[in-house]
Amino acid sequence: MRRKRWSRFPEPHPAATTDRFRMTHEHRLRFKTLVMVSLMVVCANLGDLMLKRGMLQIGAVQLTPSGIGHALLSTIHNGTIWLGILFLIGFTLSYMTAVSWADYSYVMPAGAFGYAVQTMLAVVVLHEAVNALRWIGVTLIVVGVLLVGQTHPSTTKPRPVTA
Amino acid sequence: MIKVVLMLAFFICASTGGEIAMTHGMKQVGEPESFCPMALFRFIGKAVRSSWVWFALPLMAASFYSLLVLLSWAPLSVVIPASAFNYVVGTFGAKYLLKENVTAKRWMGVIMVCIGVTLVLITG
Repeated sequence: MRRKRWSRFPEPHPAATTDRFRMTHEHRLRFKTLVMVSLMVVCANLGDLMLKRGMLQIGAVQLTPSGIGHALLSTIHNGTIWLGILFLIGFTLSYMTAVSWADYSYVMPAGAFGYAVQTMLAVVVLHEAVNALRWIGVTLIVVGVLLVGQTHPSTTKPRPVTA
Repeated sequence: MIKVVLMLAFFICASTGGEIAMTHGMKQVGEPESFCPMALFRFIGKAVRSSWVWFALPLMAASFYSLLVLLSWAPLSVVIPASAFNYVVGTFGAKYLLKENVTAKRWMGVIMVCIGVTLVLITG
């Protein structure tokens, strides 16, 4: 007869272990989705900001063949624009990574949180005046993202490619 | 007027279609094994070999350029709500094409985000 190993703690019930596993898995899923969506928001906002700054350095583009050619050359030689492009590549990669495990209908609205962050930055950093309608919009976005965030990030199973 | 409506329809189809194709492709690729540089390079390599990703990229580029064209044709108050409507069309696509389980709570969140983005962009 096999002797039962002495333990200070009783053996956990198998169902409890499964539940604990499920909770850990869900927390991990939520955490990595949150990290990727945050990365998406940061990269998209910084990318847009850098592109705007770069285009301001270049100046207004003249809609003539020589004007467009000059603008194209200027953008190629502008470091700020390249930095913006790098951030936008970062956005695309983090978006692709997020939808590799999370639902599209979860990632897409969560990404809209960037509009709320932009408004907050405009108020806190640039001391811009924001009207009531915009605050209502920001509130709706935040509440909407929180509602979507309460649902399960992944409701489909990954479909591996069959060779 | 008709050309604006047609371009709006094209923009919504290209934008939603591109993102749904990208999601479908990335679901086939699967998530990265880990977040170490080598695993991430392998993940990007697999994504680059996915035909769905290559189908999605031109659609996303087309949606970007059609948005620029729309902005030059129609006022912002028309273009912005239409582009925010993408959230609703995208959720329908996720439900019926990607077979995602879109609960009532998620629908409510999507609609609130859609209205919120419209208000923020119009007042911006």
